[in-house]
Amino acid sequence: MGQIRTKPDSQIYTFEGFGTDKFPNFMLRGAGNLRNWHIHNYEQRHEGYEALKKALKMEPASVTGEVKASGLRGRGGAGFPTGLKWTFMPKDTDERKHTRYVVCNADEGEPGTFKDRAIMEYNPHQLIEGMIIAAWAMQCSLGFIYIRGEFKWLVDKLDAAIQEARDAGYLGKNILGTGWDFDLLTYRGAGAYICGEETALLNSLEGRRGEPRVKPPFPATKGAFGQPTTVNNVETLASVPVILRIGGAAYAAIGTPNNTGTRIFGVSGHVKRPGLYELPLGTPMDFLVNDLAGGCNSGRKIKAIIPGGCSSPMLDEKDFDCPMDFDAMKARGTMAGSGGVIVMDENVCIVEAVLRLTRFYAHESCGQCTPCREGCNWLEMVLHRIEHGAGKPGDLELIASLTPRINMRTLCPLGDAACGPIDSALEKFRHEFEHHIEHKTCFVKGAKLTSAMGVH
Amino acid sequence: MNHPLPPETSDRPLAPGQRLAPSARATLSPGCVREIQALATKYPDKLAATLPALYLAQADLGFAGLEAMKEVARVLEIPEGHVFGVATFYTMFHQKPVGKFHLQVCTNLCCALRGGAQLFEKLCARLAVTPGEVSPDGMWSVEEVECLGSCGTGPCLQVNHEVYDEFLDTAKLDAVISACRQGNVPVWGK
Repeated sequence: MGQIRTKPDSQIYTFEGFGTDKFPNFMLRGAGNLRNWHIHNYEQRHEGYEALKKALKMEPASVTGEVKASGLRGRGGAGFPTGLKWTFMPKDTDERKHTRYVVCNADEGEPGTFKDRAIMEYNPHQLIEGMIIAAWAMQCSLGFIYIRGEFKWLVDKLDAAIQEARDAGYLGKNILGTGWDFDLLTYRGAGAYICGEETALLNSLEGRRGEPRVKPPFPATKGAFGQPTTVNNVETLASVPVILRIGGAAYAAIGTPNNTGTRIFGVSGHVKRPGLYELPLGTPMDFLVNDLAGGCNSGRKIKAIIPGGCSSPMLDEKDFDCPMDFDAMKARGTMAGSGGVIVMDENVCIVEAVLRLTRFYAHESCGQCTPCREGCNWLEMVLHRIEHGAGKPGDLELIASLTPRINMRTLCPLGDAACGPIDSALEKFRHEFEHHIEHKTCFVKGAKLTSAMGVH
Repeated sequence: MNHPLPPETSDRPLAPGQRLAPSARATLSPGCVREIQALATKYPDKLAATLPALYLAQADLGFAGLEAMKEVARVLEIPEGHVFGVATFYTMFHQKPVGKFHLQVCTNLCCALRGGAQLFEKLCARLAVTPGEVSPDGMWSVEEVECLGSCGTGPCLQVNHEVYDEFLDTAKLDAVISACRQGNVPVWGK
């Protein structure tokens, strides 16, 4: 067993009224307590592995049916219905027996997102239980948890938790007397944001460069090691035990129609109480930002909010009341993404914020598709010269002509993600860009967001 | 392209003809070789052991230079070119030596909104190191990194890929530096 995290965690996980029927606590049970992760705590205090025992008595297809009935949508960003995704896995036929894999995407790298980390830190067994149930529903023989390389201590913790589950008979041969074998392995990434994309993740899991694959074939046909594979986010898989325990219909009653259940929202940036807040989908964004996170920490007005991780287009104040669910966000021209809410106050120079994000995409582009590899770097250079007072009059038109040439023209959504912040900023805060080009200086007087060193 | 400002430098793959830094040792320790061999059978395909093997080799030789890559390829019996491609793709494999304490500060947007960029400059000044280089005494190296997944508790600092130091401010920065000096933090590769 490796070294398990010993540093105290000062993150905020709760709020007044959390854990009641109005704001049920499904995902953050015991968060903040560093000893919570052990299997005995999970079994005794958080109804652990009850859902698994229930699921193993059901037919695999009816487990998938229950998840379908719950309306659970993928929590990683795209919001694809999980139950439907599971049905894409091929069934065994007389001619062909498949080796199927289930993979957990724990490569949490989206700036603004820090929810999966809390689940793995405090409730690793909930994730493990979810993976076993998912594996039973799809009849998988092996599961992988692909964790980003920076979370080394979480790899150690998950390894220890998996061993606990193995010792308790929930993993390994003949699980709980069903005659079904399943095991889990962790895999540590090595610092590539692109590996959060499912096919890049599979390439990385196979020990290759994390470059996204051409689709089709989709992972359900040809995934990890050439076998049918389903990739789900940590939060998605950790929701599965909850669904089995309370029932799909009860889970579907939470949230709004078509956007069911709860999800963990991470609030960061200029707020008084940044932290993780688990809320039913469809909760208005201003309730989260103003009532739970305490509003702006500097006392100034909030200028812009990025609602779902840095890839989602930013919103200005007329949209701060937007309900946080997949469909409502889409209707407002942004996306619910991974649930990472980044709050920026009046003093933030939008040009510099966008430059910082674009630098991230330019750095993290895997280099496979030309529009993204060249385009992101080009965007960065143009934004860099605008920010540093060397912008030219035609630069905004240049940016506007560049982004449609990147957007939707790449194998994976990284190129699209890079365009989201720029396009929305140009649309909503164009005057700041124009001010920069005209006056060679920022429109506002905030602290710098990029360091003078500027080296990765 | 006609740009008045050069692009910001970043950790790009090696240019043609550029040499990697040599390791002090050309072969892995026998213990490390055994661990890598054990990895080869852990996954459905031995190619999948490339990343974990590179981590082990990096810890053994201090950094993932050409020797480490060649050794991984030799022990796993996979093409050297494949290992080179993988090792240069991922940013957590360092192709040149790092200090005894490798400090990584997140300066992505969420941390930058809470002062990450200024803290990074302060850290460089305090340790008198430039990013990407090791201090003359071999103690320190610093790196500006992208999101560490600590957005709500930023700014965030990671020493030697270990548990994070969060809610970083000047006082905490000093505390981390003195903890390293006093030997309370495991050194790189241990």
